Amino acid sequence: MNMVESMQEVLKVVGLTKTYMSGDRPLTVLDNVNFTIQAGDTCAIVGPSGSGKTTLLGLCAGLDAPTDGSVTLCSHPFGSLSEDERAEVRNEHVGFVFQSFRLIPTLTAIENVMVPAELRGRYDVRDEAASLLAEVGLGDRLNHFPSQLSGGEQQRVALARAFINRPDILFADEPTGNLDAETGKHIVDLLFQLNREAGTTLVLVTHDLELAAMTDRVIRLHGGKVVSDSGRVVSGSSSAGEETYTTAKGSHPTVTEVEN
Amino acid sequence: MKRWIWRFAGRDTRGNRGRLVLFVASMVLGVAALVSINSFGDNLRAAIDNEAKTLLGADLSIESGAPFNERVEALIDSLGGVQSRRTSFASMAYFPRTGSSRLVTVRGNEPGFPFYGTVETDPPTAAQTYLQSRGALIDGTLMQQFGVAIGDSMRIGNTTYRVEGRLLQTPRESAAVMLFSPRVYVPLPDIDPTLLAVGSRADYEVYFRFEDGRDADAAIDPLRAELREYRVGADTVKEERENWDEALTNLYRFLGLVGFTALLLGSLGVASAISVYVRQRIQTIAVLRCYGASIRSTVWVYVLQSGAMGLFGAAAGSALGIGIQTLIPRVLTDFLPVDVSFSISWPSVFMGAGIGLGVTLLFALLPLFSLRNVSPLSALRSGMETSGMERGLAWWITVACIGLGTTAFAVAQAPSLRMGLGYAATILVVFLMLAGTAKLLVWMLLRRPPQRVSYVIKQGMANLHRPNNQTLTMMLALGLGTFLVTTMLVSERTLVGQVSMAGTGANPNLVFYDIQPDQVDSVRSTISRQGLQVMEEVPIVTMRIHAINGRSMASLREDSTARSTWAHRREYRSTFRGQLTDSETLVEGSFDAKYDGFGPIPISIEADVANELEVGLGDRIDWDIQGIQLPSVITSIREVDWRRMQTNFFVVFPDGSLDRAPAWYVLMTRADTEEESARVQSAVVRSQPNVSSIDISLILGVFDAIFSRIAFVARFMALFSILTGLIVLAGAVLISRFQRIEESVLLKTLGASRQTVLRIMSVEYAVLGILASLTGIVLALAAGWMISMFVFEADLVVPVSSLLLIMGSVIALTLGIGHLNSRGVYARSALDVLRSEV
Repeated sequence: MNMVESMQEVLKVVGLTKTYMSGDRPLTVLDNVNFTIQAGDTCAIVGPSGSGKTTLLGLCAGLDAPTDGSVTLCSHPFGSLSEDERAEVRNEHVGFVFQSFRLIPTLTAIENVMVPAELRGRYDVRDEAASLLAEVGLGDRLNHFPSQLSGGEQQRVALARAFINRPDILFADEPTGNLDAETGKHIVDLLFQLNREAGTTLVLVTHDLELAAMTDRVIRLHGGKVVSDSGRVVSGSSSAGEETYTTAKGSHPTVTEVEN
Repeated sequence: MKRWIWRFAGRDTRGNRGRLVLFVASMVLGVAALVSINSFGDNLRAAIDNEAKTLLGADLSIESGAPFNERVEALIDSLGGVQSRRTSFASMAYFPRTGSSRLVTVRGNEPGFPFYGTVETDPPTAAQTYLQSRGALIDGTLMQQFGVAIGDSMRIGNTTYRVEGRLLQTPRESAAVMLFSPRVYVPLPDIDPTLLAVGSRADYEVYFRFEDGRDADAAIDPLRAELREYRVGADTVKEERENWDEALTNLYRFLGLVGFTALLLGSLGVASAISVYVRQRIQTIAVLRCYGASIRSTVWVYVLQSGAMGLFGAAAGSALGIGIQTLIPRVLTDFLPVDVSFSISWPSVFMGAGIGLGVTLLFALLPLFSLRNVSPLSALRSGMETSGMERGLAWWITVACIGLGTTAFAVAQAPSLRMGLGYAATILVVFLMLAGTAKLLVWMLLRRPPQRVSYVIKQGMANLHRPNNQTLTMMLALGLGTFLVTTMLVSERTLVGQVSMAGTGANPNLVFYDIQPDQVDSVRSTISRQGLQVMEEVPIVTMRIHAINGRSMASLREDSTARSTWAHRREYRSTFRGQLTDSETLVEGSFDAKYDGFGPIPISIEADVANELEVGLGDRIDWDIQGIQLPSVITSIREVDWRRMQTNFFVVFPDGSLDRAPAWYVLMTRADTEEESARVQSAVVRSQPNVSSIDISLILGVFDAIFSRIAFVARFMALFSILTGLIVLAGAVLISRFQRIEESVLLKTLGASRQTVLRIMSVEYAVLGILASLTGIVLALAAGWMISMFVFEADLVVPVSSLLLIMGSVIALTLGIGHLNSRGVYARSALDVLRSEV
């Protein structure tokens, strides 16, 4: 039983702002971003390069601290936690899939999958890891090192790793960005399949609008601001007086709408 | 500690273990040096303890620079035991068969001595037979040099001896001492008595063996004060052991300090390698952080890996050190009084390994602190750099630990506090200067990159400041090696130069001494008959201070609060003449050329002795010349250039003041060839057997032999640092190999030829080689200048051509290692490289 199923709100972002110093000048990458994601939702964050997608993902996962605003993940307000406490929250609740796989080159496929569990103090997970690898089609590649695997295979190992701790929420950063179309499609299918099976909340950052369209909800960023959120009405604070709209869960924005 | 840290630390080394072993190889030699020297030191101490009685050859010895008076003889009688006497003096040995002669130290022995240990001779029976039949034992090297064979005759004074055997080893004499003055053993009763006439210089010794098991210290201690009054010294086994122990402990501790330099350099190499190693692990660390690893845990992973590397290095270094330990007795053979057997000193092994592990861990911690700044965001953004080295409190504490630990070790290991602090300060200055030069180079290249130069030069120079560059490490490794080699070379040349300068030109190089007044004319005419000219004729009168400004030396000795130095106690050999020599400079007063016979004699005193005696112009000194007191007054103070090979004196009397005092003479001449020198020495010895001579060129030869033995020991120890430097250098080049491969492939893809890629690397390594060798040489010249000023008190000799050779070699070595490690870089397939993961 997933512990946050009863919590409803898995991720709550309020007034999130991130400013970097670019030389002597402040550069605001995210500006007053607000949204909430419910347990079991799938959500895509889209937007052009430099719109703040990855920054937003990093802040949501507690990988970085905001300049202003707050992030609450699985009832843990990151603002009051130290870096190590945020790491503990991630270990407890979060899974990751990265664009460039980020497997640890010195570990075999199965050892890579076992890492999050071992970090949690679970050492007897070899069978579980092997079965996850079998599920992603790598049952015969358990002891291969990343350098011996193709890009698609590496991303499948990364998927298995992301699910080993049965996370409440999975953050995926451009999961198909480094793959060809066919392999990418296979990975996406696996991702959604595992997600469904585990009942995990999925937040993914992508350029791929077809992939975004597969999620329940799309949040569109532009210049660090949320310009559309298919999950709710965006208030007048959104940029350039763009049309705001609400879609019910499951009714996706069209490709044209997102590209605008 | 969490289990996963251990587990992950082990797994993460996969595929890198070879590289890690190479990194750690740089500290292996340093540990080996420490283990071998300290383990050998323990063996040496044990050997000295075991053979303490052999060192003295007796339970007790009593010795004096003059024949024992009646009272001392009575005291000697009262001590009882078995006694054996020995009288030693310097004299010329003449070999009639070859017609050659040589100044030697003659030891007239009675049967019995040594009571402990043996006189080793060839043939072995000679140690006994020479005492029975006017025989002699001669130092083996001397026999070889002069072509003397067993059975030959040898004349000393008016006595002719038969050479019974070759002297191999004997208590109280080491090979190094033998080089200064070769030993000749003869029976005491056979010594020509004219050689021991009044005024001759000889050492008189009595050796005791107490068969009743008496404590020698308890027996002699009540007599010491009285013996001291008669200028008679006493030595027991305990004192002899302590003297040797102190001298040899200082020697091996000093060598240990040289070995520690290698360890410090090696640890810097380890730190640099770990720094690059962990940079290549940033993505891994970021992923771990994303998945919930704490900052502390990730740092621990690499602390554990560094610890394992340190342990491996310490173990390998200890094993190597134990092997090297067997070589050390051979290196130090000329300086050891006893045979040192081999056994492993586990405390030294654990100490060396512990220091090696500790130093490696401390140095490794410096780059590991930067891991705390690795953001998990790096997993999302591949190009993201960490915020670099944040020098927090822990970093500074580690640096302080390294500094304090190094200083504490240096002080504990060095023979004196001053030397320990001096060592730590020198190391600090050398490291800081080399690191400063590297940083300055990088800063200048970043700030003002060369503009109007070819692409190859621009690119080569840029390599020196790019991320993950090895400029600092290579600068330290090359610079320290150059510094060590050059400092040794400059010091050696300064020392040798100082002595050889004295023997060149038109200066006298042959000295005849111990000439009695009635022999002067005869010796002068013998020299003239050989076609040489007497250049100096100097009378010498032996005397001691009786009183200064009316206060006698006896009352000074009794007063425990009064200051009494070597200058108060020594025997002065003074001269009288009417002018200053060119090695003397008057600094105060006026030099009196002639004594008019009234009042105290006006004397000129050397400045340093005047300081020691705390006397100045107008002070009175009463001299004791064989029991007669002679009052004098200081009317001038001189500085003397002691480096000049001529007769120099602390005290000069005016003409007419010591005419009736018992004097002996020194005559000096110059022989231009070895043959001429040998001919005139033989002629003088034949006509006046008691006259001794010294050929300064022979002294230079002896000096050269002694120095080359010391230099060999120093080079042996410096070798550890130089080899470590080479390993660090190779490691540094290897670390940057992957980066080089990537760059060269990119350049190749963009159209650069193999020649261009090689030239770019050559520029980079040549600039490093030039700068490191230049900095090392400048630092060595500064150190050499300090050594020459404060230790040798000589002018620094700068061997320009040798320095250029060193510089050329360092540059060639850097280029060689650089290219060797980069071989095949250009040949790598572009696709392979661009696809591969770090």
